[in-house]
Amino acid sequence: MQILMMILLIFVLAGAVSVALTRNLLTAAVVFMAQSLALSVIWILLESPDLSVTEAAVGTGIDSLLLFVTLKKIREVDHVIQSEKEKEEARHGQTT
Amino acid sequence: MARQLDPNGQSLYARFSRYLSEGDDRLDQDMIREVDAPPAVHDPEPVPPSAPFPPVAEGVKTRHTRVATVAYQLIAMLLTAAISMLLIWTTAKLPSFGDAQNPAHNEVARRYVENGMDETGSVNLVTGMILDYRAFDTLGESNVLFTAACVVLMLLRSGSREERIEIEADERMEDRNRDEILQTAARVLIPMIMMFGCYVILNGHLSPGGGFSGGAVIGAAMILYLNAFGSGASGRFLTIRTFRFVSVLALSFYSLSKAYSFFTGANHLPSVFTTGVIGNLFSAGLIPYLNIAVGLVVCFTMYAFFALFRKGDI
Repeated sequence: MQILMMILLIFVLAGAVSVALTRNLLTAAVVFMAQSLALSVIWILLESPDLSVTEAAVGTGIDSLLLFVTLKKIREVDHVIQSEKEKEEARHGQTT
Repeated sequence: MARQLDPNGQSLYARFSRYLSEGDDRLDQDMIREVDAPPAVHDPEPVPPSAPFPPVAEGVKTRHTRVATVAYQLIAMLLTAAISMLLIWTTAKLPSFGDAQNPAHNEVARRYVENGMDETGSVNLVTGMILDYRAFDTLGESNVLFTAACVVLMLLRSGSREERIEIEADERMEDRNRDEILQTAARVLIPMIMMFGCYVILNGHLSPGGGFSGGAVIGAAMILYLNAFGSGASGRFLTIRTFRFVSVLALSFYSLSKAYSFFTGANHLPSVFTTGVIGNLFSAGLIPYLNIAVGLVVCFTMYAFFALFRKGDI
């Protein structure tokens, strides 16, 4: 049990550091999700199953879903701006 | 046509940043001009898009900027190291985990452990604490969640009618090519997740869990349903009116029932809600009903968060 705890704690630590260091936002969200899953196992080992259920539902499920949806929205806005720019450039090319 | 006001010469970004800095009517004028402007008239040499800020040549670094960068990085590193050392030092000074001499083990904890089950009627001491001894805290937490949902509603709900119609059209497009694997898995999983959530809420006073955990589980199941079958399907049983009605009803029920029990408790009056037979499903006075109220608020708030982030409406 001690060894499992150690592995999980190291995983959580590594996850926290890599979330901060990752450049890709989607990867960071997925790592964050995995980290919460490890945290929820740690709660079980610390004999608080109620916290574990909450961590699994909120940390792994709802939090990361909100992050994914926000990332999708950001990409969409980026896409719109990009296509607008391309249109502007195409119009310039026509007029000149 | 004045050259510097030519809307065709400016990128969307430049126009938007100008709109931010100069206000509303300027953009409207631009838009009107864009509609009115005859497209045949063109400048012989196009105006380069005016950037919102004066362009900074990249790669050109003066000595001053280089010194400032190095100083900034040094100060940042020093600050980070100092704060980390402070935190590690504080952690080392904390009393060890589970020690009997810890300051948390005082007469309050002893009272909870020794008399908690008889006084609250709840086998699960944690639920007895958060919904009886510290019910006021839990009311505050539920209200914080509800307030957060209201603020997200104000910020993210799509304003105009046209916008909403557009989003609905997008949804219908998405409905046609939904993921078959996700739908099949959701058909099997959602009833089980819902059942587990209800079990956690209803047995909150008997087994680990309670309103918040169970509500979060049910909220996750509802989000899965929304993702698998689209907002058309989930809109059949949950609209913004349902959300408002259920949340307000649950919070008022919580406040009123706790006001009643505070009143009777402070005046040493006998309460109508007795603890009953400890260990039964219907026991522990108000706690099961409070659990249900908290669970309803939590699950609807979680769902509302997700729906608002996703499509700007519930």
